[in-house]
Amino acid sequence: MSTPTAAGVSVMDVSALCVLVDVLRDRGYAVIGPTVRDGAIVLDELDSAERLPFGWGVTLDAGTYRLRRRDDGAAFGHAAGPQSWKSYVHPARERLWSRDGDGPVVAADETPRRPYAFLGVRPCDLRALGILDRVLGQGRHPDQGYARRRDGVFIVAVECIEPGRTCFCGSMGSGPAAEEGYDLALTELLDGSGSVSSSPGTPTYLIRSGSPAGTDVLAELPATPADAELVAHARDAVDAAAERMGRSLPADGLRELMVENRESPHWDDVAARCVTCGNCTMVCPTCFCTTTEDVTDLTGEHAERWRRWDSCFDLDFSYIHGGSVRMSGASRYRQWITHKLSTWHDQFGSTGCVGCGRCIAWCPVGIDITEEVAMLRAGSPDERTTAGDGAEGPR
Amino acid sequence: MTDTSARRLPTLAVWKFTSCDGCQLTLLDCEDELLPLAGQVRIAHFLEASRESLPGPYDVSLVEGSVSTPDEIDRLKRIREVSGVLVAIGACATAGGIQALRNFADVDEFRSVVYARPEYVQTLDRSTPASAHVRVDFELRGCPIDKRQLLEVLTAYLVGRKPNIPRHSVCFECKARGTTCVMVAHGTPCLGPVTQAGCGAICPAYSRGCFGCFGPVAVDGAPAANVTGLVERLRALRMADDDIVRALRTFNSAAPEFSDAVPDGPSGRTR
Ligand code: SF4
Ligand code: SF4
Ligand code: SF4
Repeated sequence: MSTPTAAGVSVMDVSALCVLVDVLRDRGYAVIGPTVRDGAIVLDELDSAERLPFGWGVTLDAGTYRLRRRDDGAAFGHAAGPQSWKSYVHPARERLWSRDGDGPVVAADETPRRPYAFLGVRPCDLRALGILDRVLGQGRHPDQGYARRRDGVFIVAVECIEPGRTCFCGSMGSGPAAEEGYDLALTELLDGSGSVSSSPGTPTYLIRSGSPAGTDVLAELPATPADAELVAHARDAVDAAAERMGRSLPADGLRELMVENRESPHWDDVAARCVTCGNCTMVCPTCFCTTTEDVTDLTGEHAERWRRWDSCFDLDFSYIHGGSVRMSGASRYRQWITHKLSTWHDQFGSTGCVGCGRCIAWCPVGIDITEEVAMLRAGSPDERTTAGDGAEGPR
Repeated sequence: MTDTSARRLPTLAVWKFTSCDGCQLTLLDCEDELLPLAGQVRIAHFLEASRESLPGPYDVSLVEGSVSTPDEIDRLKRIREVSGVLVAIGACATAGGIQALRNFADVDEFRSVVYARPEYVQTLDRSTPASAHVRVDFELRGCPIDKRQLLEVLTAYLVGRKPNIPRHSVCFECKARGTTCVMVAHGTPCLGPVTQAGCGAICPAYSRGCFGCFGPVAVDGAPAANVTGLVERLRALRMADDDIVRALRTFNSAAPEFSDAVPDGPSGRTR
């Protein structure tokens, strides 16, 4: 972990973002970043920095996401949207191979034509990419498709000074500062501080490099060395963000809590509210499960094998000979949260949750992982504060 | 390759019951795939495409429509007897269809209001799915059914494998295609979380909530959707119970997970 010093940190104004996008595009990258579409800040390929969501923010809560106008010009003044970078490195659908008649099996090469540059990666998502690297990119059988897409991704991280109401990276040790795994890291300052002529509301960016590739790109940007005072000011703002997380999930005893509560009546309580739709797993930046599907054409001569996202909330996910193992909603929710917070440690040596809050905001019925843990800790379903009591369980 | 002219092609029959014909149209709508299909099956009975009707038995029968008259019960039983595989297609054949709204009303009453000579109209007081009367090998959901899913089912039966028809929610398809959730981001009521996938999540892609055309998520006939959980949320989004009941009793009215989700239905709507 490197502590940035004034010596390694530069400052630039908002116009430099345009240069950054242009430089990355000139170097052959497909630049993916946030932009406004359909009432949300989504990820898309950007042909220029002008498509960044300047002046847009979001209001988040369990089951609620609303785009709102900010009273400043922030480009990164928003928390996690409906997609994560997972959609690019581990896409929802991927062809694995195809075969015609008795011909050879032809492996699909779904390598992106141009390597990705991810612009605006939050520290929590940076950590999530690290987890995916561990799960899919390493081990005895690395996922080749993942490796092809992930190799050479250029990452521009953006630190958080304004966490959302569903954020809890502070609890999970994955933010709000960017610590490793980036090529460039930005801190967006909106209070008018900074050596570049700027007024309150107009963003100024501190920028530092985390890799040789980052240093190379940084050299092409109109940035000047930042003075130590400004760097300290930015550091304070990021540190203060840690204290202003909208939610928290105290880590102590979490692994054991899940193991000890295998038979808790609380699972039925969650199951009365959870509609087993699977949204939480699909928006989660670390949920990686997939299933394979074989398709044939009408003649049976052409066959293809596809892989697509699956979810522990899907009944077919636990289908083995004769039927599905986890039929009840209670067992499926328990599987999800236990894997995220407990058995992930056994399997991959870390937590599976980075505290991005997506599963909370994008659950259509507003189920909140932090609140479910709090209720488990409290040991009684009656401690609950949210609505939903009296609802019938799925079965 | 097999010479298709020499081998006996499996026969396909398409039957209509109480329905709008939209699902049969989906088969005609297969355009590019129709010729290859005709090379793989002998279409023995499909009145919407041809008046020629070959005698059974049939290898695969597609049954569209619900059972709503006494006649239809007998006809469905005869079709079952002459069919190897019987696939119910569409919301009518799998969950009673829109016409199953009669299940919550007094048929005699509206028959007397609508028809000049109500005694000429022979109808049952319930609209029911095919599975209420005969053994059904596969239920293909949708109002109307999805063309790709229909081809998948036909292909699967032709090569003797299990159809690959997912039994998860519409939300899976929303997320896979990158649609922003209309319920979370716009506050639009949506039945997607408890509705079986298959349409490709068309409505949310046009900023509309899912109407539930593909019926409740269920596995092997057993209910698997927590519709009550969604009803709680719809109420929180200020949707009135009357409207919730109407949304749930539209295309798949005879599916109990949908029709009975609001326990005390508005007056006159109880069974
Ligand atoms: S927790 Fe929420 S998002 Fe996840 S499956 Fe349950 S209802 Fe869907
Ligand atoms: S479990 Fe929820 S908060 Fe944790 S990483 Fe996944 S989506 Fe984010
Ligand atoms: S729009 Fe509807 S179907 Fe799509 S994710 Fe949201 S709740 Fe599910």
